[in-house]
Amino acid sequence: MLTRRMIAAAVFAFAIASPALAQDKPSEKIKTVATFSILGDLVKNVGGDRVEVTTLVGPNGDAHVYSPTPADVQSISHARLVFVNGLGLEGWMTRLVSAAGGKAATVTASTGVKTLRMEDENKPGHMITDPHAWQSVANAKTYVANIRDGLIKADPAGKDVYQANAKSYLAQLDELEAEVKSAIAKIPAERRRIITTHDAFGYFGAAYGMAFISPEGVSTETEASAKDVAKIIDQIRNQKIPAVFMENISDPRLMQQIARETGAKIGGTLYSDALSKADGPAATYIDMMHNNIRQFGAALVG
Amino acid sequence: MHALLIAPFADYEFMRRALAGIFALAIGAAPIGVFLMLRRMSLIGDAMAHAILPGAAVGFLFAGLSLFALAGGGLIAGFVIALGAGVLARLTQIKEDASLAAFFLISLALGVTIVSLRGSNVDLLHFLFGSVLAVDDPTLILIVSIASLSLIVLALIWRPLVLECVDPGFLRSVSGAGGPAHIVFLALVVMNLVGGFLALGTLLAVGLMMLPAVTARFWARDISSMIGIACVCAAGSGYAGLLASYHANLPSGPAVILVAGILYAVSVIVGPVGGLIWLRSPRRHLEA
Repeated sequence: MLTRRMIAAAVFAFAIASPALAQDKPSEKIKTVATFSILGDLVKNVGGDRVEVTTLVGPNGDAHVYSPTPADVQSISHARLVFVNGLGLEGWMTRLVSAAGGKAATVTASTGVKTLRMEDENKPGHMITDPHAWQSVANAKTYVANIRDGLIKADPAGKDVYQANAKSYLAQLDELEAEVKSAIAKIPAERRRIITTHDAFGYFGAAYGMAFISPEGVSTETEASAKDVAKIIDQIRNQKIPAVFMENISDPRLMQQIARETGAKIGGTLYSDALSKADGPAATYIDMMHNNIRQFGAALVG
Repeated sequence: MHALLIAPFADYEFMRRALAGIFALAIGAAPIGVFLMLRRMSLIGDAMAHAILPGAAVGFLFAGLSLFALAGGGLIAGFVIALGAGVLARLTQIKEDASLAAFFLISLALGVTIVSLRGSNVDLLHFLFGSVLAVDDPTLILIVSIASLSLIVLALIWRPLVLECVDPGFLRSVSGAGGPAHIVFLALVVMNLVGGFLALGTLLAVGLMMLPAVTARFWARDISSMIGIACVCAAGSGYAGLLASYHANLPSGPAVILVAGILYAVSVIVGPVGGLIWLRSPRRHLEA
């Protein structure tokens, strides 16, 4: 029986209980967005527990042909910082940030990196900036520094944490660079040439002295002509290139045909533009580089 | 001359394989294309290329990027769509093309939804569709088997199928074989298309099925000759297209289809059966 007295008592009870709602919200992590998995991994290592990273193009995804979803726009509008690679990797990013609104500041991780040029896949003969700068560990260190500075600017309270995290991660990257150099040194100089389906290793080749030849140019979209394939086969035969590699975001059948015809060894899977899933061999940036040099070594040494 | 016409195939194994794949497709798919054209189902190829997406998506959900799972799923989806559309067209008042259009649009939307739920932006169809330059042994065996099976089955259902094309009312009055023959024919269509997609990609599979058939229409009046001309036309386009891709550095699939297209354009103008030139200068009527 709902008398007026009972209603009044219920309202009173709620009013007494309301202070329980006034507890402090737990300190929130800084919400950040990284455009692709490799960048996301670097941000996680520098930010540590203070940041929450949302990655737009996930593991095994292709940042060149990514179509943002409404969920991505939402993440950006809630984020404080957006980390982009720059150098033309994310053609869709500037529109996405302005469409998302919100108050996110954009940090371009590749600021200050010495860039290389490469052939534009849409206009053969026309050179554009190669965006895959993270393939050289020295550039990755620049990325980490930019990420650290960006985080400090957005969250000055965490300055010490970011600097400490960055310092220890940079030390790990130094170790990684030494490992890469020694792994390449084990390969005889005349065998340091490989064919791979994706033209993403320009910076790696320039930094560590390997030649990467690709049959299809940079993107995953252009279709090969018979002449292109014949030229690659001729090149492999004439220059005795020992190995062809597949890469985790393009069609492997063409590679297998070329390898079959020339007798070149098919190397393992390389990861260049995206990390693998968490249980795969390239779940972090450091793992990715380890995986790649291991595959190079296995195919080219001896 | 040898360097122009023979050398590319003699020197490179991938060129020989491409040619073998195209010849197999020509023999298997061209007859089917002739029947499709006669039954006003010429656009089924494009429809099928999109309709197999939900099957591939379901295969992807179960087994990831396994070609076998994607192809199997695609094949099942193709059968369901084609046979469902065919049965519905016979039972209700809508015609084949409308029935198929409705089915494949629903199928495509379903496929896109399933793929989005999985959350990956991997283009399943891009992965599924092959390339003429990358024909390996399993692919070649697949497409040759499909061609062989198609020819045998076509021979078995030849009479009801031809009669269905030219006088379905008469066939229905003398025999009940029209419906089953049509269903079996649709199954052949799906098999050739999906196999063609896997082996050589959509453009080549659909293009070599339809363009030579339409070209043959201008050179013959009876079905057997049409089929023969279509096969020769398809094989010839394949050969010339591959050479063009090799010498002129054109993308391979489009080059083959462009050659077929040129043959078609020429046929439209000078073909003996209804070519434009002959229409303008009709034969003299015999007068008593």
